[in-house]
Amino acid sequence: MAKIYSQKTPKTIDLQPKDETISFLLNYSKALSVINYNKLKFEALLN
Amino acid sequence: MKKKLIQDAELVSNYINGDEAALSVLVHRHKQKIYSFIYSKVYDRDITEDIFQDTFIKVIKTLKRGKYNEEGKFLPWVMRIAHNLVIDHFRKNNRMPKFDNSGEFSIFSVLKDSSLNAEKSIIKEQVESDVRRIIEELPEDQKNVLMMRIYQDMSFKEISERTGVSINTALGRMRYALINMRKVIEQNNIVLTN
Repeated sequence: MAKIYSQKTPKTIDLQPKDETISFLLNYSKALSVINYNKLKFEALLN
Repeated sequence: MKKKLIQDAELVSNYINGDEAALSVLVHRHKQKIYSFIYSKVYDRDITEDIFQDTFIKVIKTLKRGKYNEEGKFLPWVMRIAHNLVIDHFRKNNRMPKFDNSGEFSIFSVLKDSSLNAEKSIIKEQVESDVRRIIEELPEDQKNVLMMRIYQDMSFKEISERTGVSINTALGRMRYALINMRKVIEQNNIVLTN
């Protein structure tokens, strides 16, 4: 009987960003404040 | 009790109004799609991570500045930002000088290593020592003229002054030296090719 060499399906890689990236983004969002002044917008990063 | 799913548009509006938790929900809801989309283009985890981060930094800035106006289309909007950043990434990489030899023009057609390899330098040494041996076989007057002309790079005028013969005699000795060398080479089947 002929051997069947079926191609193995590659392991599905977990396509998720790292937790650190997510937490950085959430912290960045919390720290960023946009200040409006006479039609001008200023970004301020507060730690 | 069925948990009510808050729509993206509502979360976006909550976030704009200062609800930081809304962003967390949005990020967690769409992170996999956006991350996979970027990865499918760049095939590199670190670059994907960077572009993912830059995408959301842009999202956060735009939302906080109140410039977002595509309500109800949050995910496609974020995807477009990610897509643009992926394009930027490739553009930036193309600006780096990269060696590409796939085209018709090959850089090796104009560039070559002029130094001899080991085999060629051995052959060169052999040829030179053979030539020296043949020169040693020449009559003394012919040998002197040839040595002065070839190895000391003297003009025939200088040779004639040095040896005390006329230029024509020096030329004649040189001519006979070459003829005699050719004879020796032919008689002994010496191969003098590099």
